[in-house]
Amino acid sequence: MIELRGIRFRYDDAVSAPPILAGVDLAIDEGELVLVSGPTGVGKSTLLGVVTGLVPRFSGGTLDGDLLLDGASIVHAPPRERAHAIGYVGQNPAAGFVTDTVEEELAYGMEQLGLPADTMRRRVEETLDLLGIADLRARDLRTLSGGQQQRVAIGSVLTMHPRLLVLDEPTSALDPTAAEEVLATLTRLVHDLGVSVLLAEHRLERVVPFADRMCLLTGDGRMHVGEPGELLVDSPVVPPIVELGRAAGWDPLPLSVRDARRHARGLAERLRPPPAADPAGESAGESAVDVRGLSVVHGRTVALRDVDLTLGAGRVTALMGRNGAGKSSLIWALQGSGRRSGGRVSVGGVDPKELDAAGRRSLVGLVPQNAADLLYLETVGEECAAADGGTGAGRALLGRLVPGIPDDQHPRDLSEGQRLALTLALVLATRPRVLLLDEPTRGLDYAAKHVLAGILRGLADDGHAVLVATHDVEFVAQAADDVVVLADGDVVSSGPVRRVVAESPSFAPQVTKVLGPPWLRVDEVARQLAELGAS
Amino acid sequence: MSVDRLPRDLHPVAWWVWALGLAVAASFTTNPLILLMLVGVAATTVSLRRSDQPWGRSFRLYVWLGVVIIGVRLAFWVVFGGWTGGRVLLDLPEVPLPDWVAGITLLGPLYAEALLFALYDGLRLATIVMCVGAANSVANPKRLLRSVPPALYEIGTALVVAVTVLPQFADSARRVRAAQALRAGETGRVRRLRRFLVPVLEDALERSLALAAGMDTRCYGRTSGVSRAQRRTTGGLMLLGLGGICVGTYAVLDTTAPRMLALPMLGLGVAAALAGMLSAGRRVERSRYRPDPWRWPELAVVGSGVLVTALGWWVNAHQPTVAYPALDAFPPVSGAALLMAVVGLLGPLCSPPTRLAAPSAEAAVA
Repeated sequence: MIELRGIRFRYDDAVSAPPILAGVDLAIDEGELVLVSGPTGVGKSTLLGVVTGLVPRFSGGTLDGDLLLDGASIVHAPPRERAHAIGYVGQNPAAGFVTDTVEEELAYGMEQLGLPADTMRRRVEETLDLLGIADLRARDLRTLSGGQQQRVAIGSVLTMHPRLLVLDEPTSALDPTAAEEVLATLTRLVHDLGVSVLLAEHRLERVVPFADRMCLLTGDGRMHVGEPGELLVDSPVVPPIVELGRAAGWDPLPLSVRDARRHARGLAERLRPPPAADPAGESAGESAVDVRGLSVVHGRTVALRDVDLTLGAGRVTALMGRNGAGKSSLIWALQGSGRRSGGRVSVGGVDPKELDAAGRRSLVGLVPQNAADLLYLETVGEECAAADGGTGAGRALLGRLVPGIPDDQHPRDLSEGQRLALTLALVLATRPRVLLLDEPTRGLDYAAKHVLAGILRGLADDGHAVLVATHDVEFVAQAADDVVVLADGDVVSSGPVRRVVAESPSFAPQVTKVLGPPWLRVDEVARQLAELGAS
Repeated sequence: MSVDRLPRDLHPVAWWVWALGLAVAASFTTNPLILLMLVGVAATTVSLRRSDQPWGRSFRLYVWLGVVIIGVRLAFWVVFGGWTGGRVLLDLPEVPLPDWVAGITLLGPLYAEALLFALYDGLRLATIVMCVGAANSVANPKRLLRSVPPALYEIGTALVVAVTVLPQFADSARRVRAAQALRAGETGRVRRLRRFLVPVLEDALERSLALAAGMDTRCYGRTSGVSRAQRRTTGGLMLLGLGGICVGTYAVLDTTAPRMLALPMLGLGVAAALAGMLSAGRRVERSRYRPDPWRWPELAVVGSGVLVTALGWWVNAHQPTVAYPALDAFPPVSGAALLMAVVGLLGPLCSPPTRLAAPSAEAAVA
């Protein structure tokens, strides 16, 4: 149906650099779900943009090659002339909303196409049902949760009856449950309506089980296309379950938890329980932050209700919960500048709320959700110098966190992971003992998350208390000691990772789902397997 | 209950005509009783017919704005005075001012009449503001913009986007201010401004690009098959209309210009502009999803607004003592003034109840 032939793309100001895409061929058939994967910055979004027409129109650069829709070339057609056949949902669906209620948003594209009124009405009703959002029809778009917004965005292109749906990281900002809803919707579209789907996603563990074919971008502009099972054998980015399969030597590689369980029968018995199972007393270390009876109220919504919490020095605590459970409210209240309706926060005996901005900075560091809000200068070097007052401490810190970022690079040109490291260095330049991070894993690939986990572990080993709000269960398994789960403003469970994960299966990482509770990470299993092999 | 009065959103144009009618009527009088009646009509209508969407809660804001207006008005009269004669309420000492500001006095004796005059005058402005606020909270202003004729669609869209961007701008400003407090950096006045502006502007730019991409991938601005000749005709008609209206208006205002150029030219200009808009509208391939119907409740609401204006004008012209009551007696009220309030409320009472965004428990049970 859609065919890419010899697509080449490069940005005009980077003539010396290798092209982003060099000779990419791909044919997508009716009713196929194709997953685009690869490390950050290899051109996944660029590839999607070429299909939708946004590249090079909105990005600049030179595009060669041909794009065929049913044999007719559409490579020079602008996005609006392709939209009846190719629907696109971007990374941040809320930014692309044009109207303000759900129903009007669903109808917008059809209005532009000039469809008759009764057709529009029928399609809107069908789409509302198909996506399970009928009860939201008259709601204001800004009052919807992330998962609902994502589904409305999908619906708003579906009403034009496109044959191909292009999605850029549809689940990256969603909590595990909302992500599953969106993916279930997508598979339903593929199975029932025969819509083809082309999607890019970092969190492979969520989407690989649903993919028919996979495109792997390798970074030199080439793209490999094949069955997920074949490509993942030597892909640089793989979900934990494939890592486990590689370590255990399973063939074919398991792609879903169900497959892996079948392979793993008997494996858990052969392994000794993991040595790292936390002794219960370990968490009772020196406490760095003490929260008593904290409440936060926004208007008439209670974001936090009478929360008690202790963050241990030298420990990484993960803060989980669905979108809107009060994670950001807690983080900003801990930092001191957020709203607080009652309760006490004590950081080494001082309440940060009573300090000025500089005092707070030296007590508690915070990396906000949108890390780019912190940056305002033209080069990395200037940013570091501004943060440490010219002592060079910031630059040294950055060098330790992520080596090899040149001083004269513009912060906007850094990759997501590098930019996060830069903001981390700026925040840490005042040497706070407590570090709070709000959703730092957004848009990071496995390698960058691994680096971030290492950085956080290192800070904890230096005696920092670290609190990370995240939806990413795999990252929690890798980096955290303790987990606090928030729901509707209350702490519903807290304690060491292994215990919390065993108690709530929806927060369990893939290894736990396959091998059962005490197991958390692939490297633990791999170490044991190696010992077994040696003996 | 007839089909026309089942719960639905009334046409936004009807609400705005009604509210503006009330506002114009308010501008014809300083009688506080009439003004308070108009405010009461607006408030009752809002409490009966506002939606449960965010903009439905905006009326309270306008009420506060009205209170502030009256307060400022009173404070000005107390501080600057400028009134002589009448009962002295409070004899404040006059602050001597240099000669070059002759004519302005600070403080000085405070007259009861001056305060009443300020109160009535402030109340008039506050009433006008509250009437507009009432329209704002019963009819989404964006829906109003969307009911513009097809030829003006692009302008309507631009206005809608502008209205949407403002709250987003405030939002990102708040976020950046909080984020910049998390890091050390320059504290000088100019540099601090830069610290704040650069991320906000970058954010705004990114948002607008995302919105443009979102609109483009959803067919906004698809070209329909318009021939060059058609485009030329439309452009020519529009230019002719604009020229005609300009010349006509000039001639009407300038009495020395030949009369041939006045009304006939103006009429010709308006006709040409209308023809141009019709021709532009005909080539638009866009369609409307669930356009707001125009039925008798809309007519009733519009009619009540127009009637209130007419009554206000009549009172102003024929009962000056009622429209501009004396300051030394209790303001009088006439039958026509009372009729104004009744008529103003009758229209909204004919309107259908609002469709609620959140399905109520009652609906779920039924």
